[in-house]
Amino acid sequence: MTEQNKNHMIPTACKIISIIKETDIEWTFRVESNFKAKHGQFMQLSVPKIGEAPISISEIGDNYMDFTLRAVGKVTNDIFEKQVGDYLFLRGPYGNGWPSEELKGKHLVFITGGTGLAPVRSLLNEFYDNIDRVKSITLISGFKNKESILFKEELKKWKDKFKTFYTLDNDSIEGWNCGLVTNFVKEIDFNSFDNNYAVVVVGPPVMMKFTGLELKKYNVPDENIWMSFERKMSCAIGKCGHCRIDETYVCLDGPIFPYTKAKNLVD
Amino acid sequence: MGYKFNFAETDSLFCNILEKYDVYAPKRFPKQGRYSDTDITRYSQIKSINEIEFNQKTDYSAKEVLTPVNETLFYFTENEFKESSAPKKPILLFARPCDINAIEIQSKIYEENGEFSDIYYSRIKNNLKFVLMDCNGGDDTCFCTSMGSNVTDNWSIAIKQLENDYLLSIKDPEFEPYFQNCEKVDFLPNFVEQNKVSLTIKEIPNKEVLNELKHHHFWSEYDKRCISCGACTICCPTCTCFTTKDIIYSENQKVGERKRIFASCQIEGFDTMAGQKEIRNKASERMRYKILHKFHDYKERFKTKHMCVGCGRCIHRCPEAISIISTIDKMNDAIDEIINKNIQE
Repeated sequence: MTEQNKNHMIPTACKIISIIKETDIEWTFRVESNFKAKHGQFMQLSVPKIGEAPISISEIGDNYMDFTLRAVGKVTNDIFEKQVGDYLFLRGPYGNGWPSEELKGKHLVFITGGTGLAPVRSLLNEFYDNIDRVKSITLISGFKNKESILFKEELKKWKDKFKTFYTLDNDSIEGWNCGLVTNFVKEIDFNSFDNNYAVVVVGPPVMMKFTGLELKKYNVPDENIWMSFERKMSCAIGKCGHCRIDETYVCLDGPIFPYTKAKNLVD
Repeated sequence: MGYKFNFAETDSLFCNILEKYDVYAPKRFPKQGRYSDTDITRYSQIKSINEIEFNQKTDYSAKEVLTPVNETLFYFTENEFKESSAPKKPILLFARPCDINAIEIQSKIYEENGEFSDIYYSRIKNNLKFVLMDCNGGDDTCFCTSMGSNVTDNWSIAIKQLENDYLLSIKDPEFEPYFQNCEKVDFLPNFVEQNKVSLTIKEIPNKEVLNELKHHHFWSEYDKRCISCGACTICCPTCTCFTTKDIIYSENQKVGERKRIFASCQIEGFDTMAGQKEIRNKASERMRYKILHKFHDYKERFKTKHMCVGCGRCIHRCPEAISIISTIDKMNDAIDEIINKNIQE
C-alpha cells in the first residue's frame, strides 16, 4: 500500500509494556511500537468505543514510545483503567517536531510548565546522552506543587549535565525553588551565549504567553524562541478543522512554531 | 452541439445512465420544511429526472453527497479494523455552478491540505461527474458573481429545463451515445452575469490589521443576535469540519464503528480540549472565526479565491436573520477604520 492511498484514520493496536505513576493523575504509558517519530511530534491515541485524542510523545525508544497522560477526559480516563498487556491504539506520528538540527551546536534554554515537560523530555534525554552536540543546556522547569512533579528520576539525573532551576508555583520543599518559571528568566545570562542560542518554551497557554513577554524584556530575538501548541484535533491530517488558527493548521504546520509565527496566532 | 428531448422521453433515456451511475440531484420533500406546511429541498438519490427540483436553490448543499452528515470510517472488533466500503457505482451529480465550485473548494482541504489525501473523500470524488444545471440567477441572497463562482467548466453534461423539454449539451464523450437519437439543437450553458445583490470584499493587508480586526467592537453585536446553533455551517457548501465519534453495537459491545459527523465552529465546545476552558467561548468570537475563514484565512492558505461561493444558504437558514452580506459590509467598514487609524498614527 502506498503512503498516498493508505487509510490514515485507521489505528494500529500497540501493547502496553509498562505504566509509571508519575503523580496521582499523571501516568506514563510505555507501549510497543515501531513508528518512526521525531522529538516533539505527537500521535493520535485511541480507545475504540471511547474515542481518540492527540497526545505528544514523551520518549522514543527503538521498539517503544512513551505517553504521559493526565486523566481529564473520556479517552484518558478510560486509558487509566488499562493494565500492562492491554492495548492502546495509535496512528501517526504527526506534526513537525522540534527543529533538532537547528538546535544543535547552540546554547539551549528549556522553559517548561507542568506537563509541558513531556514533549521535550525525549529531546532532553538525547542531548543528555550526547551533550557534545550542544554548547550548554539550561532547564527551567516548574510544577504547581510537590504532588504534581513529573519525571522525578530524570529531573535528578539532568542536574549532572544541565544548569537547572526547578520550581514549584505555590509550595516549598527542599531542593526546589518557589515561584513561577517566569521569575527565573532573569537568572539566564543571554549575553554570554554570543547570540548562538535558542529558547524552547512549553506549557499552558498563559505560561507560554507570559514567558514570551518576559523573554522579550531581555531582548531575546523572536527567531530564537520556539513554542509547542496544543489544540483540539479529530484527524491530525489537516481535514477536520478543529486546530486551525487563521491560515495555520496546528496539526500540519505545528505543533512547534517559532515565536515569529506563534506571537501572531490569535485563536 | 446540443440535444433536445421532451419530458415523456426522459425516463427511457436516463434508465441507461442509471445502470452505470448513481444519480444525485436536488429534490423537493413536501411538508418536511422546518415550519408547518413548508417543503424542504435537498440532495437525494433519484431514479427519474422528473424528480429533480430545477427552479429552487436547495436548502442544504450538494456537499452531503460527498461527505454525508454522518459517515462510517471503519468498523472495529477488539484489535482489528475494517475500512467502510466505497459506493459501488460512480456518481452523477446535478449541481449549479456555485455548488460545483464549492466542491472544488472542499477538495483543496480534503485532498491538498497536508501530505495525505482524505481517502473517504477521494474515493467518491474520483468517481464523480457533474451535470451542470442552468441557473437563472438565484434569489435575493445570492452573490455568486461577487465571489467568482458563477462560472465553471467542470461539467460533463449541461442541462436546462424548458416548459415541456430539456436542453442538453454534452462535453464528456462518454455520454454522447445515450442521447444520439435525440433532436439536435444548438445549446451551450449560460452563466449568471449579475445577481440581485453584489458585494466587494476588502483585502486585509497584513497580520497587524487582521489581529486588530479580530478585536473590533462590531463583532460584539453577534453576542446578542447569534444563538450559536450552527445552522449556517451545516448548510454551507464549503464548510468541511468534522468530529469523530465511536459507537458500539448494543447486542455485542466488543464490536462497533468509528464515524465522522459534521462539526460546527459555531457550536459550543468546537475547540474545547479535555480539562481545559473553551478558547472561543462567545458567539461573537465564533462568528469572527467563521467569517474570517470564508473571507481571508482560506484564501491566504491556498493562495486562491475566497472560500465563500455566495450561495446565500446561510442567510436562509439563520433563525436570527443574520445576513452574511451585511456582516461583510460591517467588516469592510471596520477594515477601513483600522487602516485609516493606522495611517494617522
